[in-house]
Formats: sequence, structure tokens, C-alpha cells
Amino acid sequence: MKRNLILGGLLSALFVLAALISFAWTPYDHTALDIPNKLKTPYANHLLGTDHFGRDLLSMIMVGARTSIAVALVAVGIGMGLGVPLGLWAAARSGSLVDEVIMRGNDLVFAFPSLVIAILITAIFGAGAVNAIIAIGIFNIPVFARITRGAALSLWQREFILAARVAGKNAARISVEHILPNVTNLLIVQGTIQFSLGILAEAGLSYVGLGAQPPTPSWGRMLADAQTLVSIAPHMALVPGFAIILTVLGLNLMGDGLRDYLDPRLRVART
Amino acid sequence: MLRYTLKRLFSLILSLAVASVVIFAVIEIAPGDPASFMLGMNAQPETLAALRSELGLDVSKVERYFAWTSGMLTGDFGTSYTYRTPVIDMIRDRLWVSLPLALYALVISTLVAFPAGIYAASRRGQAGDIGIMGATQLGVAVPNFWFAMMLVLIFAINLRWFAAGGFIGWDAGFWKGLHALTLPAIALALPQAAILARVMRSSLLDVLGEDFMRTARAKGLSSRQALWRHGLRNALIPVLTIIGLQFSFLLAGSIIIEQVFYLPGLGRLVFQSISARDLIVVESVVMLLVFSVILVNFLVDLAYAAVDPRLRSRT
Repeated sequence: MKRNLILGGLLSALFVLAALISFAWTPYDHTALDIPNKLKTPYANHLLGTDHFGRDLLSMIMVGARTSIAVALVAVGIGMGLGVPLGLWAAARSGSLVDEVIMRGNDLVFAFPSLVIAILITAIFGAGAVNAIIAIGIFNIPVFARITRGAALSLWQREFILAARVAGKNAARISVEHILPNVTNLLIVQGTIQFSLGILAEAGLSYVGLGAQPPTPSWGRMLADAQTLVSIAPHMALVPGFAIILTVLGLNLMGDGLRDYLDPRLRVART
Repeated sequence: MLRYTLKRLFSLILSLAVASVVIFAVIEIAPGDPASFMLGMNAQPETLAALRSELGLDVSKVERYFAWTSGMLTGDFGTSYTYRTPVIDMIRDRLWVSLPLALYALVISTLVAFPAGIYAASRRGQAGDIGIMGATQLGVAVPNFWFAMMLVLIFAINLRWFAAGGFIGWDAGFWKGLHALTLPAIALALPQAAILARVMRSSLLDVLGEDFMRTARAKGLSSRQALWRHGLRNALIPVLTIIGLQFSFLLAGSIIIEQVFYLPGLGRLVFQSISARDLIVVESVVMLLVFSVILVNFLVDLAYAAVDPRLRSRT
């Protein structure tokens, strides 16, 4: 399954690269209006065509990639930063009140679909990229807490942990020095998957107007703009749509490939 | 079984209580007083006070919380700040769109995913399996609202088989209503069907490796008979979990899909209420969504325990 890893890696790298290059150069200014050239289908001057204001879609996609990547990346960071320590803590105190509270808390967050969290947050603090990040990030916390706890629980039964305890290390130190390094692979794989889900979620939130606000370009908002024009300018919907699909597909393939590459044993265990 | 049910019921009630506190607290943080928002800048203090007491805003937060929750238990969700109509009526109207839509999508997703997953598992490693697995990778990666736009473009604008948006209402007849919900339901079902097909396949593959499957073959069943009689039934447990979980995604996902098709469901109600700062409606819809998720998970748990007694001892 090396094929998955390579194909996924290439696709993901393409979009990261597009985002990075957009800081230094884009074919056109992504905010520049050019009404005479509006709604052009792809041609030599505008490789991906233009939108209803004559803005260059390729430039918008490149700059939009920044928003998508930034939102998804920070959201994964929030999820890992809070979820992993919680999971380690719950596993170290397995069966105790702490464990119970953390796991029930997890269930509770799971009961709020991420979109509903986003709606709550925007209802109160207003729409924006930061609030989208928080909404997606909160939902990532239980994902990482659960997966960390699950993996850590079985590690705690192993001899090398017993050896560490005999050597006098306390639970916190064992968690950091011995458990954490052994769950890293799992976290990387899950991180890739959550990253791709984050990109989808960000697109959905911006599509309904709860994500990044103008003039920050985002793929979801490009789709919202395209909606009323889909019958006369389908390329306006196709371009951002394919950008999202290819990125998410790339990340998912990379996640699958990484899992198989890092730990072939997991191939059986996962569903 | 009774003990297990009671235990799950207790945890259900606890979850609902915590969820209601969280939602109430979050909405309370919201800046701005609904009464002054409704009356505008030039409101007289007396009018303001009168409205505040009419809306029940003049009592303490704790009292308001208990008024809200005990009201919900008796079916009284309060009065909308903007429309001055009972929230429960507004929700009931919208639920008649969102709930059928989610259920319709669930049916489609199951109808697609079961055959696809079973077929892929029975042709493991062959072209059919690889094709279906590739399709599910794609299905997971496609944003459903984008897929919805493409469906509109093809089936509504070009082929004119369906309306591009809006909902004609159930009064026009069951089939007409169902027809209007078909494109949204397909769009909503796509990613869920892809996930479900993958789960079905891998769960079935796990079961196919079990000893009792070999026994079934040894006693003379063909591999197809063994799969249908023994394999499928045992593979269904993880599949049921996912179906239960998906219900919540479908209900929440319908919020976005409703925007694409201009359907007058819960989603549009929420967005209208947010822009009108009608927070009591937002609060109630969110609580309702969370309640339905927790309830469905509870029912799924009970269904398992009924099917598989081994699960009763584990909680």
C-alpha cells in the first residue's frame, strides 16, 4: 500500500505548496476585479477561469488553501493539545473518578455535532475563521482523548511499564516518557484524518457563512458564490469543489498509507 | 437486562442534564439583552421592563434555567422573541422537513451501503472490491453540499426531473413531498453511505474469518449460504453502531443541505434565529438536536444488549 502513501502525499503536498507559494506570488491579485473578463471558463490567461467579478479562480484557490490549511491545522492542534493529555491522564487513572469524568465528558461533546457547536459559537461571538477553528477544534478533543486512552490502556499492561514503575517513576512521568512515544504513530495517522475532516468542516462552515468572512478567501465561500450561478458558470463550482475533493482525498490516502507504513499490525484492527 | 437498562437510563438523564446546563450557560454568555434588541435604541425604560418580565427575563439565571428545562419537559419551549409565537410550534413545523429528510437519507445510505459492502467483502481483493473501495474513498472526500449543487445542476437544471429547491409541503401528497426531498436526501446520504459500506465490508471480513463460518462451510453450506445465514447477522453489530451515530450527522448535516435547496427545515430556522438574535429558538433547537443524538445512542445501546447478552455486563 505504498502507492496510497505516495499518491496521497503528492496530492497533499500540491496544496500545501500552492498555499505557501501564494504568500509570495499568485497569477493575479486574488481581490482584483476585472468585470470585462467575468465568468470566463478556463483559458490561457486564466488557467481556471474567472468568477462573476472577473477575479482569477486559480489565485483565489491558492490563497483559499491557506485558510483551509490554517483552520484545519490549528483545529487539529487544539484537539491534540488538549485531547492527548486528557487521554493519557484517563488511562493512567483507569477506572477512577477522573477517568469516568473524562470519558463521560467525551461522550457529551460527541453528542454535539460539530456543526451545532459552530452554530452555538457563532450565535454568540459572531462568524469568523477563529470561531470556526474553535468549533472544529473542540470536536477534535474527544477524538484524540479516546484514541490516546485506548492505546495507552493496553500499554499500561506491558512489562516495560512495570519496569519503569519498579524503577520509581510516577504515573505522569511514565505517561510522558514511555506511553506517549508509543502512541505517536497512532496520533500522526489520526491527525491526518482529522486534518482532512477539518478541511471539509471549514468548507461547510464558510459555505453557510459561519466561517472565514470576506475578504479572506475560502473554498467554502467560493462555492456559496457559485451556487446561484451554477447553471451559467458551472466551472465556478467545479474548481473549488475539486480543490476540496483532491485535498481531502490526498490526506485520507496519506493517512491510510501512513498507518500501513508505520504499523502494519493496525491494518487488521482498524475499521 | 433491567439493571442494564436502568443504568443506561441514569446516564442518559445525566447527559441531558449536563448538556442543558452547558447550552444554557453558553447562550447566557451572549452579549446583548433580547428585550432591548427587540424594542430598539429608543425604548422607554418602562416598556423595556414590561417586556423583560413578559419574556421572563427579570428573574435570576437559576430560576430561568429551571423554567426553561421544566418547560421543555412539558412541551413548552417558551415564546420566540421575534415572532412572539410558541417555539414548539415553529420547531414542529420545521421538524416535518428535517426529520423525514434525515430518515430518507438514512434509508438511501443503508440501501446503497449494504449491497456495496457485502459485494466488496465477498469479492475481496478482486476488481469489484477495489472499485467499490475506491468509490468510497471518493465518497468520503466529496463535500455533500457541493455534491448537492452538482445534483441540482444535472437533475434539476439540465434534466428537469426535480425542482432545484424549495419544499412543496406534505399537504401536496406524500409522494410529491418525497419527490421534493429526493435530491437533498441523496446528497446527504453520499458520505454516510461511503462510510457505512466500508464498515459493512470490514465487519463482514472479520466475521468470515471466524471458526463458526468454517463450521458452516464444513456442514455443507455454500459460501453464499454461509454468508447470508451466519455471516451477515454477526457482522451487523458494528454496522448498527455506525448507523446510530450517523443519524446525528444526518440531522446536523441537513442544516447545511437545507441551505443548498432552500428547504424550510430546522437549519434555516436556526440561521434565521441567529441573525434575528432570537436566542431562545437557537437554544431550543440545539437542545433538541443534542437530545435526539443522546436518545438515539441510548436506543442503539439497548438494541445491542437485547441482541447480544454479552454486552450487558460491560457498560
